[in-house]
Amino acid sequence: MATRKTTKKPNISAEELLEYYRDMLLIRRFEEKAGQLYGMGLIGGFCHLYIGQEAVVVGLEAAAEEGDKRVTSYRDHGHMLACGMDPKGVMAELTGREGGYSKGKGGSMHMFSKEKNFYGGHGIVGAQVPIGAGLAFADKYQGNDRVTFTYFGDGAANQGQVYETYNMAELWDLPVIFVIENNQYAMGTSVKRSTKSPSLWERGAAYGIPGEAVDGMDVLAVKAAGQKAVDHCRAGKGPYILEVKTYRYRGHSMSDPAKYRTREEVQKMREERDAIEHVRTLLLEGKHASEDDLKAIDKEIKATVNEAAEFAKDSPEPALDELWTDIYAEVS
Amino acid sequence: MLDTQTNERRLTIARAMAEAIQQEMQADERVFVMGEDIGALGGVFGNTRGLVDEFGRERVRDTPISETAFISAAVGAAMDGMRPVVELMFVDFFGVCFDAIYNLMAKNTYFSGGNCAVPMVLMTSTGGGYSDAGQHSQCLYGTFAHLPGMKVVSPSNAYDAKGLMTAAMRDDSPVVYMFHKGLQGMGWLGTEEGAIVDTPETGYTVEIGKARVVREGKDVTLVGLAMGVHNALKAADKLAEEGVSAEVVDLVSLVPLDRETVLNSVAKTGRLIVVDEDYHSYGVSGEIIASVCEHDVSKLKAAPKRVTYPDVPIPYARHMEQFCLPNPDKIVAAYKAM
Repeated sequence: MATRKTTKKPNISAEELLEYYRDMLLIRRFEEKAGQLYGMGLIGGFCHLYIGQEAVVVGLEAAAEEGDKRVTSYRDHGHMLACGMDPKGVMAELTGREGGYSKGKGGSMHMFSKEKNFYGGHGIVGAQVPIGAGLAFADKYQGNDRVTFTYFGDGAANQGQVYETYNMAELWDLPVIFVIENNQYAMGTSVKRSTKSPSLWERGAAYGIPGEAVDGMDVLAVKAAGQKAVDHCRAGKGPYILEVKTYRYRGHSMSDPAKYRTREEVQKMREERDAIEHVRTLLLEGKHASEDDLKAIDKEIKATVNEAAEFAKDSPEPALDELWTDIYAEVS
Repeated sequence: MLDTQTNERRLTIARAMAEAIQQEMQADERVFVMGEDIGALGGVFGNTRGLVDEFGRERVRDTPISETAFISAAVGAAMDGMRPVVELMFVDFFGVCFDAIYNLMAKNTYFSGGNCAVPMVLMTSTGGGYSDAGQHSQCLYGTFAHLPGMKVVSPSNAYDAKGLMTAAMRDDSPVVYMFHKGLQGMGWLGTEEGAIVDTPETGYTVEIGKARVVREGKDVTLVGLAMGVHNALKAADKLAEEGVSAEVVDLVSLVPLDRETVLNSVAKTGRLIVVDEDYHSYGVSGEIIASVCEHDVSKLKAAPKRVTYPDVPIPYARHMEQFCLPNPDKIVAAYKAM
C-alpha cells in the first residue's frame, strides 16, 4: 500500500468529516444493494462495484467546485452518487428501466448527466481519458476556469491513448486532472505483473506533467491532494496527475472468480485500511459524533438506498418504441 | 473564380468545403477545427485553406499525430456544447482511432438517453486512383455506413460539398463527411471537371439523407456516390450514343439512406447498376441492390449489377490499380451483360 501521506492534511471540521462519512457510506450501501439486485437477476451484464474505493471520489469531489466536470470508466456508480446524481435514477438504469438516467439504454457502464457535469460512464478501458481532455479543452476555449476530473484505472494506464492525451493536454495547457485509481488489479492482473514502471504518476514526467501518489484509503489525504491539483489547473498551469492508491474489495465485475489474490489480502485491507472505518474512528475519537449520531446516518442512508432499489424494481421496462429514439440528437 | 461570361462561381470541392467552414465559424463561436496539418499547411487536400489566417490557431488547431486523442477530445468538447470539425486525414487511418468514432462519437447520444448530444463533423478523405496503395486509397463507405449513430455523407460536386458541410456543422448529431480525393480539384491528384460547379457565395444547406436524380433516363438506373457519380454520368453519355437512356442517381448521403429515390427510379427503368469504388462485398452496392429486391423484385426486368472494387487490397502498381477501379466502360459493359 502507499505511504500514509504525501500531502499535508489540512484542519478539518466536524461537518466536513460527517459529510465524507455520509457520502462514502451512501456509495457502499448503494453498491451492496446493487450486488444483491444482481444476485436476484435484476441487473444484467458485468456490474462493476466501487466498494473499497469510496474515499477516492468523495475526497476529490470535496475539492471540486460548482461547474467542474468529471468523466470516468465503467466503474462509475460511486462517481455519479458523489457528484449528486439521484440514486433512484442510477439504480433504475442498472435494472434497465424507463426511470434510469439513460432510459435503460446505457446500463451500468453508460450513464450521463449534463446537469451534474458528469460525462459518463464509458465501457472501453481508457477511452474516457481523451474525452476528459476534450471537456477541459471546451472550458479553456470558452475562457472559464473550470477543471475536469478524468478518472481511469491502473489497467487503463497501459493504454496508448492515455499517453497521446498526456502529450496533447500538456501541449495545450488543458485544465484536466488525470486521476489514476490504482486499485492494484486490472481485472485479475496485478500492477506488478503488467509493468516494470509501477509508479504510474511518474510517467507524466515524460510529458512535463507534474503529479503525485496519494493514499486513497484516506479521504483527507485525497481531498488535500485534490485541492492542490485543482489549484494547479485553475491557475492555468495545465494538467496534473494524481495516482490514488486504493483497493477494491469485490471482484473486477460480478463474474470475477477471485483467483488472483488471497482472501487474506482482501481481509487485511478491509480490517486495517478501510476508508469509512477511518473516518468513523476520527469522528468518534474526536468526539465530533456519537455512536447514536452515526447510527442515525446509517439508517437514513439505508432508507435512501432501499427507496432507490424499490424505484428501480417498480419503474417499468422501457417501451420498445424507445429503441428508435436518441440514435441521433432530437431536433431542438 | 467568377466566370465573367456566365456569372458563375465555379469552385472546387476543396474550396467549397473551406468556404462552408469559414462562414459557419464566422457565425458560430462554438465551431472550431482540429486535425493534422489543417492550420498553417491548410489541409493536405486543401479543405481548410486560409482558415487559420482568419481565425487563428486557437480555433484552427493543428494537432499531434494522435488521432484517438484528438477525435475523442472532440467528442468530449461536443458533449459540452462545442461544435468541433475534426479531420481524419485519410479514412484508411480509422484503424488507429475507430473506438473514438464508432463507440464514443456514434453511441454517446443513445447511451445517454439523449442527455448528451455529440454535434461534431468528422471529415475524411477517401478514394484512390493515384498509386498510393492500400493504406491511403480506400473508400470504406460501407464500413462507416454500417454502424448506427452517425450520419454519413459524400459529395460529388462543389455545390453539394458546401451545402452538406454547412448542414453537417449545424446538425446536432455526429456527421462523417467523406470527400473523395480525386474530386478535390488538387492538380496533383488529377481533376474531375464535373465536380467543379457553380457554388453560391451565400450560405445554404443541402439536406442530409436526400439523394438526387442528376440525369433522367428510362432504360437503366445507375446509382453512385462521389466519384461513382462521375463515372456513371460518363457511362450514360456513352450509352446514349448507342440509344440507351440511363438515369443517374447521386446518393449524396449514405446515412440516412434515401431508398425512396432509388426505388422510384428503378420502378421507372426496371434495371439497376450500382457503381461503388468501395470493396465489392458487404458494402453500399449490396445494400442498394438488397433494398430494391426487398421492396418489389417484380419491378426488375433483369438481375441487378454492380461495378465495384474487387475484394483485394489496393495495389500500388498503376496498371493493377486502374484495372480494378470502376470506370465508364465497365458500367457500359455491365449494362450490355444484363
